[in-house]
Order: sequence, then C-alpha cells, then structure tokens
Amino acid sequence: MTDRVPVLKIGEILLVSIQFDLEDQTVLDLQEDLSNRIVATGAKGVVIDISALEIVDSFVGRMLATNASISRILGAETIVVGMRPAVAMTLVELGLSLNGVRTAMNLERGLKLLRRLAAGRA
Amino acid sequence: MKDYGTAVATAETVEVTTSSDVVNARQVVRTLAQRGGLPLVHQTKLVTAASELGRNMLIYGGGGVVRAALVADSGRSGVYVEFRDQGPGIPDIETAMQDGWTSGSGLGLGLSGAKRLVDEFDIATGEGGTTVRIVKWGR
Ligand SMILES: Nc1ncnc2c1ncn2[C@@H]1O[C@H](COP(=O)(O)OP(=O)(O)OP(=O)(O)O)[C@@H](O)[C@H]1O
Ligand SMILES: [Mg+2]
Repeated sequence: MTDRVPVLKIGEILLVSIQFDLEDQTVLDLQEDLSNRIVATGAKGVVIDISALEIVDSFVGRMLATNASISRILGAETIVVGMRPAVAMTLVELGLSLNGVRTAMNLERGLKLLRRLAAGRA
Repeated sequence: MKDYGTAVATAETVEVTTSSDVVNARQVVRTLAQRGGLPLVHQTKLVTAASELGRNMLIYGGGGVVRAALVADSGRSGVYVEFRDQGPGIPDIETAMQDGWTSGSGLGLGLSGAKRLVDEFDIATGEGGTTVRIVKWGR
C-alpha cells in the first residue's frame, strides 16, 4: 500500500497539491484518480500544484503530459503551477519539453488562466 | 573517469528492490549534495539523474545497490554516485544512450538525460550486469 495524493474539488475545479516526494506507483495512482474524478465530477479545470516538488524526472514529467492530454479529451484543461526554477532548468536539460502542458507561476495565476480559458470556450 | 574506489569505502548505501527504495536513494543523494555545498540547481540536476538511473536499475536491472559519497578534487567538492545491478546488461549501449530509445514504454530519456545532467558519467555493462557511475561537482 502506498499513500495517495488527495484530489480536492472546488466548484468546477479539481485541485491537486503534491506535498511529498512521490514513488512511481503513487504517480500512476494519481493519474488514474484524476481521470476518474474528472468524469465523476464533470470538472472543467484541473490545477496541479508542484511547488513542493524538489525534482520532476521523466516519470513524473510523463504523467503531467499524459494527464494534460487525457483531461483535455475529457473536457477539462489542466494547469501545472509552481514549478521551481531549478526544476524547470533540469527538465530542459533532461530533454523533456512538456509540450501541451499549460503552466502558471503560482496557484492564483493558474486559477486566473483557467477562468480565462473557460470564458474563451463559452 | 577517475577511480573513486576510495570514496566508495565510506559511501552511504541504499539497496534498491522497490520503487520506494528509489525515493530513499534520491533523498540520500540530495542530503549529500546539500552537505557538499552544491548549488541548488546542481543538486536538482544530480538528484534527477539519480532518480532516472535508480529507476532503470530497478526496472531493467532487477534492482541493485546505490552508493553515494562526497568526493573532493583540487579544492572543489562533489558527489559521486554509483548504481550497480546484476541484471541482463544492455546489449547495444550506443543505441541505448540515444535520446528517445527505449526497449520498454519509457521516453528513452533516462540514460541520455542523466548523462547531460552530470559532470562525469561512466557506464559499464555486460552479461554480469550494469554499473553506472556519475559525479556532479559544486562550483
Ligand atoms: N540497468 C539497466 N539494465 C539493463 N538495461 C537497461 C538498464 N538501464 C537502461 N537499460 C536499457 O536502456 C534503455 C534506455 O534507457 P533510458 O533510461 O534511456 O530509457 P527508458 O528507461 O526506456 O525510458 P525513460 O527513462 O525515459 O522512462 C532502456 O529501455 C533499457 O532497455
Ligand atoms: Mg529510464
């Protein structure tokens, strides 16, 4: 048994705040939980806060990219917020471009971006 | 790559048989990098490389041992990390080192990316297993 990352529902948005260093199974569980919750709640947006993450390696990076694609197909936009500068620099050198993953500096800006995207779609 | 055999004598050791051991190995490497005074970006790059190599060791090498130690060379300090498994080895290392090459379902970025993230990188592989050794220096 591994810990699961909580997925919180706030209005039409799902909020995921990753607070500890994740092992691979927890990453996979999160991906599955998120897809299920998007469908179950009809959420229009997902915010994943990674400000507490000290590293993002290819495994977590792939989860973020896959999740962005899945949620889009399910009708929700995903914004990844709070990536540390050192993490961003490392990701680029690792060779992970995170194409298709929307990012914002912090939670507040992420929510703002989601609202703008929602308005654009309406 | 220089022989860091003496450093290994005092190294911290993490046996990796599960994915939570990979998390432990990352933490041991991070603590050493902090103790060695590596700048934050260097710490982050080193720990990310260690995560990739630790996962490879677990998935493809069937697990193994991670050893990490502080090293010093002409006034600068760094962190040495060794990943040793007794898995099947990598048949075509040239190909495996290329960006995007994977025998599984990965992105094929682990080996090539880890090499870019560190200052020294050495891989020895054969039927007896694979050993990857890396060093990241401070300023
Ligand atoms: N310790 C090892 N023992 C045996 N084979 C290995 C080992 N490490 C890597 N390999 C082989 O080299 C290939 C490339 O490894 P690399 O880490 O670059 O990519 P990946 O693990 O397939 O994908 P990613 O790391 O991007 O998720 C692997 O697919 C695997 O076939
Ligand atoms: Mg890999």
